[in-house]
Amino acid sequence: MAENGATGARLLVVDDNKVNRLLLSRLLEQQGYRVETAENGRVALERLRADPPDLMLLDIEMPELDGFGLLERIRGDLALRDLPVIVTSSLEGLDDVVRCIELGAEDYLPKPVNPTLLRARLRASLEKKRLRDQQKALVRRLATPEVAQATAASGFTLGGTRVRASVLFTDIRGFTPLSETQTPEETIELLNDWYALMFDAVGGHGGIVSQIQGDGLMAIFGAPQPRPDHARAAVETALEMVELVAMFSAGRIAAGDPALRIGVGVATGEMIAGFIGTMERAIYTCIGDTVNLASRLEQHTKDVGRTVLIDAATRDALGPGIEVESLGAASIRGKAKPVDVYAVDPGVAIRDP
Amino acid sequence: MSDAPIDRATFDELAESAGAEFARELAGTFLADAPRMLAALRAAFEGGDTVAFRRTAHSLKSNAQTFGAFALGARAKALETTGLDAVRAAGGAPLDELDREYARVAAALAELARG
Repeated sequence: MAENGATGARLLVVDDNKVNRLLLSRLLEQQGYRVETAENGRVALERLRADPPDLMLLDIEMPELDGFGLLERIRGDLALRDLPVIVTSSLEGLDDVVRCIELGAEDYLPKPVNPTLLRARLRASLEKKRLRDQQKALVRRLATPEVAQATAASGFTLGGTRVRASVLFTDIRGFTPLSETQTPEETIELLNDWYALMFDAVGGHGGIVSQIQGDGLMAIFGAPQPRPDHARAAVETALEMVELVAMFSAGRIAAGDPALRIGVGVATGEMIAGFIGTMERAIYTCIGDTVNLASRLEQHTKDVGRTVLIDAATRDALGPGIEVESLGAASIRGKAKPVDVYAVDPGVAIRDP
Repeated sequence: MSDAPIDRATFDELAESAGAEFARELAGTFLADAPRMLAALRAAFEGGDTVAFRRTAHSLKSNAQTFGAFALGARAKALETTGLDAVRAAGGAPLDELDREYARVAAALAELARG
């Protein structure tokens, strides 16, 4: 009697009444579901935490922990809050039904349960859950909407392709001493404000944030969507970042807090872009010498007391209108030969003291 | 609602959807379980436990409706919704009436359960 779609889904039936449990289990098994039972909310909660089912059918009137209580617990539990719950009860009065829905129940089926209605509601709920699960899996491995878009047509695969692109690294200068002068809560708040500004700058210029780590981030321009002006987009992003941080700092100074300073490094060239990780969890990123160089240039900003440093390939591809100052060849950690380094003047006064 | 303790159409529907044999077994389970529920209801009444009283009446109502024992279900529902105090005000009579109705249901259901 098992039907397509129903087969395999695991359901938990929670009811304190034996006749109800037996009948509901029977109807569900006839429809091809695997069924487990619990005789009250407390037992159900233990089951849910040990091995969450695909869906729960829940009675309300029960000893120890009733259906309302269980719904409240589930709602407060991050791991369980997305579990679809269909309340099956013979509640008297609309108020209690409304309360179930408000507590997060997906649906309400009056008892005695009509088998045809049960079948339809279950299918709808499980289908919704399947789509939600799919979306969650997608969001977990796709870093940004742009990446999601780019992979929508071709699908998700691990592994890289060779691209020509620009990479930007930035971090907060003197973050460790700064975080020592404030509470962890203040530090988190500061970081979140800062990330909001940085994401805004990257997104505004068509880049994607590939990684964030501690007080820094890495952004890519020209992948996954190729674009001819990736170097310029990266440098414009860098300049906007500096400007945004200067404005942000002005507010902090006015409030008696220390200013925030950043360093930015940009490098351009060939790299391997793609998903790294597992099929369950992956990030879209780039690897290669160009990426390492961008990171080194960002670190080098501290050595030379400049805010934005770029490599020769970025400068060559920049186009008119952005002033660049050659700092000559510098020996960069990780590079055997000295590298030509260029500074871009942000046009706003941000200098190391 | 007729005078019959069990609405035959409802019971037949149950037998059709869950299987005739299963419906008979389920009736047997109810017959084994119900006396405990009636006793629990009386104990809750005597002990003044309003929550247990309401909950047990609710359970009984639900089972009665499943088998088409609508008169029994209606009495149980009345206990669930009006509560323990109303039963006390009536000198416990509604519980006696419930017991009597259950006896009729049990006899009819036992017959159906034999097939």
